[in-house]
Amino acid sequence: MGLIRNLARSSTVIRQILIRNNHKIIMARQLHASRTDGVDKNVWVEFTQLAADYKAVNLGQGFPDFSPPKFIQEAFCKAVSGGPIMHQYTRAFGHPPLVRSLAKFFSRIVGHEIDPLEDILVTVGAYQALFCAFQALVNEGDEVIIVEPFFDCYQPMVKMAGGKAVYVPLRPKAASGAVLSSGDWVLSAEELASKFTPRTKAVVINTPNNPIGKVYKTEELQMIADLCIKHDALCISDEVYEWLTYDGAKHVKIASLPGMWERTITVGSAGKTFSATGWKVGWAISSGHIVKHMKTIHQNTVYHCATAAQEAVAQGFEREYEVFGSPESYFQQLPAMLQLKRNKLASCLESVGLQPIMPQGGYFITADISSVKVDYNDQSSVDEPNDFRFVKWLTKEKGLAAIPVSAFYSPEHSKEFDKYIRFCFVKVNEMQFMTLNLILIRFSFLFLIVLLYDSPSTQTLSFS
Amino acid sequence: MSRHTHSKRIEGLDKNVWVAFTSLAADPSVVNLGQGFPDIPPPSYIKQALAEAASVDKMNQYTRGFGHPSLVKALSQVYGTVCGRQIDPFKEILVTVGGYGSLFSCMQGLVEVGDEVIIIEPFFDCYVPMVRMAGAKPVLIPLRCFHADWYLDPDELSSKFNSKTKAIIINTPNNPIGKVFTRDELQMIADLCIKHDTLCFSDEVYEWLIYRGHEHIKIATLPGMWDRTITIGSAGKTFSVTGWKLGWSVGPEHLIKHLQTVMQNTLYTCATPLQEAVAQGLLRNFEMMGQPECYFTSLAEELEGKRNRMAAIVEDVGMTPVIPEGGYFMLVDVTSLNQDLSHVVGDDDEAYDYKFVKWMVKEKKLAAIPVTAFVGDESKKEFEKYIRLCFIKQDSTLAAAEEILKSWKKV
Repeated sequence: MGLIRNLARSSTVIRQILIRNNHKIIMARQLHASRTDGVDKNVWVEFTQLAADYKAVNLGQGFPDFSPPKFIQEAFCKAVSGGPIMHQYTRAFGHPPLVRSLAKFFSRIVGHEIDPLEDILVTVGAYQALFCAFQALVNEGDEVIIVEPFFDCYQPMVKMAGGKAVYVPLRPKAASGAVLSSGDWVLSAEELASKFTPRTKAVVINTPNNPIGKVYKTEELQMIADLCIKHDALCISDEVYEWLTYDGAKHVKIASLPGMWERTITVGSAGKTFSATGWKVGWAISSGHIVKHMKTIHQNTVYHCATAAQEAVAQGFEREYEVFGSPESYFQQLPAMLQLKRNKLASCLESVGLQPIMPQGGYFITADISSVKVDYNDQSSVDEPNDFRFVKWLTKEKGLAAIPVSAFYSPEHSKEFDKYIRFCFVKVNEMQFMTLNLILIRFSFLFLIVLLYDSPSTQTLSFS
Repeated sequence: MSRHTHSKRIEGLDKNVWVAFTSLAADPSVVNLGQGFPDIPPPSYIKQALAEAASVDKMNQYTRGFGHPSLVKALSQVYGTVCGRQIDPFKEILVTVGGYGSLFSCMQGLVEVGDEVIIIEPFFDCYVPMVRMAGAKPVLIPLRCFHADWYLDPDELSSKFNSKTKAIIINTPNNPIGKVFTRDELQMIADLCIKHDTLCFSDEVYEWLIYRGHEHIKIATLPGMWDRTITIGSAGKTFSVTGWKLGWSVGPEHLIKHLQTVMQNTLYTCATPLQEAVAQGLLRNFEMMGQPECYFTSLAEELEGKRNRMAAIVEDVGMTPVIPEGGYFMLVDVTSLNQDLSHVVGDDDEAYDYKFVKWMVKEKKLAAIPVTAFVGDESKKEFEKYIRLCFIKQDSTLAAAEEILKSWKKV
């Protein structure tokens, strides 16, 4: 009896395994499309998960910990309680009030009459504007020059479009002893010129730059513009942080330089402009003959963007248009407030031996970690670049999350730059800053202990 | 400027029926039964949920890229119950910008050059350009009509499958016809998918809008299908908020992960407060699922009435409606009107329904959508006698349409 029962039971088990396996054996050939090869890893997915898992003070991902300004929140509420049309499809290429207010606002700045219906495409965040630009314009085999360090999505987007990324790094000018500013990170004109080939389709620049915060000067942009014109290349200019410049640095639009309007795609973001990253409203502004191709991509990807948020952003720009340049302007108040936060974080970092590169603009401050030596005790990260290991250790052991800067470099240059980590300072939550101070004090407390017992000839600090 | 041409992937994809016809219907004096969006208000609790979400600081900042946690958990609950299986909210769900965004993520994540994708006509018009943008070949098969019954010929369908077939796209309830595929029909499709080892992209955005006598079946619940199906849903259609542009893909991890890769390289994350509000809406209705107060039920009830009213109006004028089993569109056969359109300005090879709709908007101030926009060239002749009307409209809109059609009859 027992034997039969056992046999019956084991044959049931075998049958179940077969059925399970039959469900699993699908697609002898490759499932995924090749365009997703090599673009599946993502630094954000990994590091935001880590910060969440360890409940770290999160100075990693770039978003404010404060609310958008009152006037824009009110505009959103008004839109939400508006008529039914606020909750239904709007014009696919951009809600009419929004494209009109963007055209009005930016025509003045760029020095060109922007046609709201032809020259603007509203997208789901600046991210999607970049995607549309690459997909609309980059073919298999086209080369795209990317200035490093770069916001990490440019490379996989170029790859997904079948293009080849060609990198040229910003390099720090030799500055003896002085605290480096992002302005000291420059492009070599010869090096940039050498990257252009007959296959170069576009150059991607980001000003203010993420992660180091460089705000390109007119002469620097002119140098890039001259090359674009000479080689008849396009320029994709990611200007999401355009209102966040410090110490009087001026944001210059490359599209405003002679000969550049017709070959530049300028990307902007409501999320960064109005401290509402969760709204995911962005745009691309360019000459109509380029925007029309981006529209074709857009109408075959998401087609429409959410209506209510666009309505609110339109109201925001109307309001800012009226107060532009005056003290009530959010575009004056926000950078003024953030400059103080930047300074505070910079001195915190300096006080514990992390050397900050003072950003002239943007949300982030990068710090050189070379003078801090850590005994990682973590086998799992042993093959990773030094800055990745450092950030993981900082998150897990010290409860402070940052982002490793070599994630913003090409494979060929990342080794040169794996001594930098990036912090976001767009945080006003005082508790966060207090916690941060405590973490860093613990840091420096340990540093003092080591200094007392370490040989006076060594300069490095050891932690475990 | 000669080098600034567009990329090859968008060659021939610039034309779009909506771009053409929505501007025609934008004239406020036109009664718009064209583009598919409600002019009835969404439920007030969903608008309330959005206002509340936006008042919370962190709801205005980035959320999880593949889907706001409270939303994917709510989706996992709802669809877990409907499908009768555990659905992992983080690995088996992706939130996208509308059902449209889900379709796009499927194509980009799973379809490429050399692949063939079977599409059933009439089809929601974006399927073909999306397949082409992914570099693949659309293979079309028409629904055939026999005594008001629309069906797929099994032999014809079978002949469309070959070793290059990567996927078949189905849409149930179907836009524009409103067909709700039966279990047997889905089984037939499933058998072919399993036999030929293909994927299935099931566009079910109108899943809750099912009329009496019909049942919505999810092909993913048929044996052998979960592992090879992506099921697409839409908050816009579920809650009458098309302007929120939120949708989702549900499927096995080994497929969803590729859609997630596409997401992280296209727009990364969807809007946070909208996702939070949809999560609230889903949870609220989940409690009431199957009961008359549940919006999924009450909306269908309301629309069935409108469907019947629309059908009666149309019949009264002498046109023949195709009564939909689900969704919020109705095909109308305009043959019996015998409308002479030889004077209508347009391309010579423009299909009859395009001319008819343009003429109707201009002369009768009533907008519809031509149905040949939803079929390939070879099927145009079969379908050019139909126009598509959207009936998820207020009674006053339907009344205005009725007025126009009544006066038409008198002429």
